[in-house]
Amino acid sequence: MRPMKVRLLFFAVLRDIAGTDAAEWSLDEGTTASDVWQRLRGAYAQLSDYTQPPMIAVNESYAGPETVLREGDELAFIPPVAGG
Amino acid sequence: MTYLTDAPIDSHALIARVVRPSDGAYVLFEGVVRNHHEGKAVESIFYDAYRPMAEKEIEAIVRDVEREFPDVAVAVLHRLGHLIVGDASIAIVAASPHRAEAFGACRMMIDRIKETVPIWKKERGPDGEEWVGWQGRC
Repeated sequence: MRPMKVRLLFFAVLRDIAGTDAAEWSLDEGTTASDVWQRLRGAYAQLSDYTQPPMIAVNESYAGPETVLREGDELAFIPPVAGG
Repeated sequence: MTYLTDAPIDSHALIARVVRPSDGAYVLFEGVVRNHHEGKAVESIFYDAYRPMAEKEIEAIVRDVEREFPDVAVAVLHRLGHLIVGDASIAIVAASPHRAEAFGACRMMIDRIKETVPIWKKERGPDGEEWVGWQGRC
């Protein structure tokens, strides 16, 4: 499998947990958004209880957890929204 | 069109932008920072957003509202950053030849914005600070 680069964006509580607002990850082809969430759970203890990912956005649009990522994609996990 | 701002909201400017001579009514909705949430005192709120996506999502909602209420003109502005109690976080204006559609469009706008637009708030008070909606959810 060839590696690809995906840009991760962190907002709100996830930015506080990750300690950064963005990161570039090198992932294997075929990696899904859900796979990335599981890696984040492994990396940050505060996420370990969250077995299911929150809402997901790929390239600024909502997407399902099984969305397969592509080279250059921008991936963001969307914590429960609270606008208004 | 930009629907997000870091500055205080000028609702009168928003009204001036949408109301047409053919309108018989406009409804102005402002969401304001309140001093309590779920029994805890709140002093200020920090609003965060995935800005380009939030702009797109609000734009899509505006289009949906205009489809549902074809005679209505709407404008929306959501403020981000640090707000204190009493500050307006959002203003929506819906103008229409008749009042029923203006009320309906305004209600639909705010309800839909609260559902899907990637905006978050961190409440601060004497007991500390917390991202609203995160604990026990997800």
